[in-house]
Amino acid sequence: MIENPTPETSAAITVGSGGQRAAPLAAVGAWARSVNTGVLREVALLPVLVLLIIVGTIVSPAFLTVSNFAGIGQQSSALGVVVVGESLILMIGGMDLSLEATYGLAPMVAAWLIVPTSAFGAGTDLSPYLGILVLLAVGAVVGLVNGLLIVKGRLNGFIVTLGMTIVLAGLQNGIVKAQTLFNLPTAFGYLGSASYGQLPVSLIVAAAIFILVGLFLRYHRTGRAIYAVGGNPAAARAAGIKVDRVKIGVYVAGSVLAAIGGLMEAGRVSAVTGQQGYEEGIIFSVFAAAVIGGVSLKGGRGNMIGAASGVILLGIVADILDLANVSNYWIEAIDGAVILFALFLARVVGGESTAEER
Amino acid sequence: MTSSGALTRGGPLTSGDAALVEVSGIDKRFGTTRALRGVDLAVNAGQCLGLVGRNGAGKSTLVSILSGLTEPDAGTVRFGGEPAPRVGDIGRWHEWIATVFQHSMIVPDLSVAENVFLGTLPGLVSWRDMRRRTRGIMREWGFDIAPETPCRGLAVEQLQIVEIARALARGARCVILDEPTAALERKAAQRLFDRVRQLADGGVAVLYISHHLEEVFEICQDVAVLRDGELVLTAPTASLSRDDLVAAMVGGAGSAAPAAVPGAPAGTVASARPGRRRSPAPPAEAAGQHEVVLAVDGLTADSARGRLSDVSLRVHAGEIVGVTGLLSAGVATIGRAIAGAEAYSGGEVRLRGRRIPSGRRDVAQRAGIGYIPEDRRAEGFVAHLGVAENATMTISRQLSGRLGILRPRTRAAAAAPLTARLSLVSSGPGQPARELSGGNQQKLTVARTLAHRPALIVAITPTRGVDVASKELLLSSLAGVAADSGAGLLLCTDELSDLAICDRVIVLVRGEVFTEFPHPPFDRDELIVATEGMTGGAPRIVTGPAAGPAEETAE
Repeated sequence: MIENPTPETSAAITVGSGGQRAAPLAAVGAWARSVNTGVLREVALLPVLVLLIIVGTIVSPAFLTVSNFAGIGQQSSALGVVVVGESLILMIGGMDLSLEATYGLAPMVAAWLIVPTSAFGAGTDLSPYLGILVLLAVGAVVGLVNGLLIVKGRLNGFIVTLGMTIVLAGLQNGIVKAQTLFNLPTAFGYLGSASYGQLPVSLIVAAAIFILVGLFLRYHRTGRAIYAVGGNPAAARAAGIKVDRVKIGVYVAGSVLAAIGGLMEAGRVSAVTGQQGYEEGIIFSVFAAAVIGGVSLKGGRGNMIGAASGVILLGIVADILDLANVSNYWIEAIDGAVILFALFLARVVGGESTAEER
Repeated sequence: MTSSGALTRGGPLTSGDAALVEVSGIDKRFGTTRALRGVDLAVNAGQCLGLVGRNGAGKSTLVSILSGLTEPDAGTVRFGGEPAPRVGDIGRWHEWIATVFQHSMIVPDLSVAENVFLGTLPGLVSWRDMRRRTRGIMREWGFDIAPETPCRGLAVEQLQIVEIARALARGARCVILDEPTAALERKAAQRLFDRVRQLADGGVAVLYISHHLEEVFEICQDVAVLRDGELVLTAPTASLSRDDLVAAMVGGAGSAAPAAVPGAPAGTVASARPGRRRSPAPPAEAAGQHEVVLAVDGLTADSARGRLSDVSLRVHAGEIVGVTGLLSAGVATIGRAIAGAEAYSGGEVRLRGRRIPSGRRDVAQRAGIGYIPEDRRAEGFVAHLGVAENATMTISRQLSGRLGILRPRTRAAAAAPLTARLSLVSSGPGQPARELSGGNQQKLTVARTLAHRPALIVAITPTRGVDVASKELLLSSLAGVAADSGAGLLLCTDELSDLAICDRVIVLVRGEVFTEFPHPPFDRDELIVATEGMTGGAPRIVTGPAAGPAEETAE
């Protein structure tokens, strides 16, 4: 592990200084694929990340600093947790557009029950801890409804979750009449705002979620069932796996993770706005991170290392654009274009075997 | 090229003027298999010619060539004495010949009229004109389906009429019907026969392909028999008995020997049995004393793979029961319904007295029913997962601890004896299943089933697409499991040579138990006759020089 960084840094430096990008990149890709030791084999995006870090260093001296990376971590962790949820759902061959709305509604409902009526609360003045339970419950209920409609009701996942998105976003604005809820109790905002030294709590939690889910997928029988169900549902059923139960469970887990992501975001900005989630349109970033990270939209393939690198990549891109003082009017167009380019690059570098799981 | 000269080749069939459709000297090879060799066949206007033969005799290949979908390696196709259009020019081909395939070629969301004119519409569509012409065709031929009807709501029988109407709308003068009654009830089949007679009376040439010989006798004036790619008989049906026809399909002992199933001598299926007899397995009579593992009573199911009505059967511990029949007879359905892979609508399935609910594969597996599916690609394995993981997929619960932790090493260790037993060749436990050869994939599916030590194994056509040597190995390992562990084995197959390992064979016809062969050896001809739904002793082999094997039947 210690010697490993050498070849790719040297190769990446060639990339940064020289004009011929494709050849060294492909070489690094080939190297990455030739490394058989489990973990590294799956970090197909590593060369791209290294390239971005070099670009960032050139763009701004403030880029390669601990505080900047802590900031990237804090800003990316909420998105990252949602990406874990979406990746799980993609892996069973499903899709859930409503995660972005759950990401907004769940903290909104919880905050609404917590804050006093003077701050547009419901007047229940719930304890923040109960509020977090409510938040998780909202996520679970949304996921369960989605799962039941899609799996048992045999409805199309795209249209069900699209409809669900609009319903949830409407509720998010409806219950507080489009107000923003401030003055959240410390306990509620802790996850998104606190930090140990320079290390944000949200980053620690998000990293822990990535690692736990990654281990679960690799070493737990249900995790393996997720790959089997996504890879070939008929074969999984024939092997006695309870396919419907696995699928519904994953929809529930995905929505709960989206709710936790929403809690992080609410803590980070110390408020729950009507825009959080749906109106910010985070779902594109969620899908992009998952797909850049090698999670297959057809199901059955992907892993948490890939998904995490997808999230980190998007976080670094956003940070570089920020540091480069790109005009606010143009930032979305450039952001979108960079993501599309990253998708292409991930495909070129990772080849067919991007983050393949066996 | 003078067509009149070639006409008489068809023997008693052709008379007078040019045959509407005529093929001569057709050869077709697929790899090392000769699907067709030197086939000559002619169909005249107004004639209904039956084409029969066993699975793999070359019927489908001939249909494909006649339909302009496949090019023969040698030989010619002529329509009305003229050379046929080149292969692939479907439009011109359709002016002569149209095929109603076994699988519906109807777009369900379009109306009858749209389907009739599918692919032949001009750039601008006149709905009125299209409907009027559809109505005209329907009226002319005595069909009774409104042009506006959406096809989704139509019965199979009506869909076939729409397909026939489509053929007629294109002006086709010859219609090929490929197993048209496979999905039909008897009464619907009768109505279809009326239509076919009308067509023939109206001067259309009909080539009628069926596994049901009684249908051929009912509506065809003449019949042609394909066997191993050769046309062995062409004669008026009136001059033949059913036994003659079966004999021609199966082949006499002498003439059929070189062409029979490799490794299995012609005559009796079970003649291969003594060679791979299971060790001291109980004789069939003794099986009655063994515990009943599987009890199926009045099983009824409505399935696309073939209906089942009121089927009852028993499988005892250590017993191998074969279920066979034609493709549409429900052979796969009964296996799937018992294994919980498909829902059933009536009756009950009990494993060691415990009721297995309809369509619950997971419950069936935990109760102890192993399932080797018919289509391994669709159901047998997860392509991108490794060999060991696929082989142990059925026992992930047993292999994982209380917390559900499942280590790759544990999986590999559990998979090793299974793959070794079946001589499954792979580069290692992590090799993705999709990289294996077809035969090894099939072994993987079997390994997955054996892994959970089922009390009953339901195997549906387990040797399909597997080479001869692996076939033997698969069958003997299944038989070995039955003998060693006392598991019952239900072998659902249309491959008669597989039945040699069975203690009993049940024959299904149109979803019902037609007859049972209570003990080996099983006579191949009798089995064939039974699967065709015919009774009455062993057929006399008339064409063969030696009638010997037919006599050594178990009676």
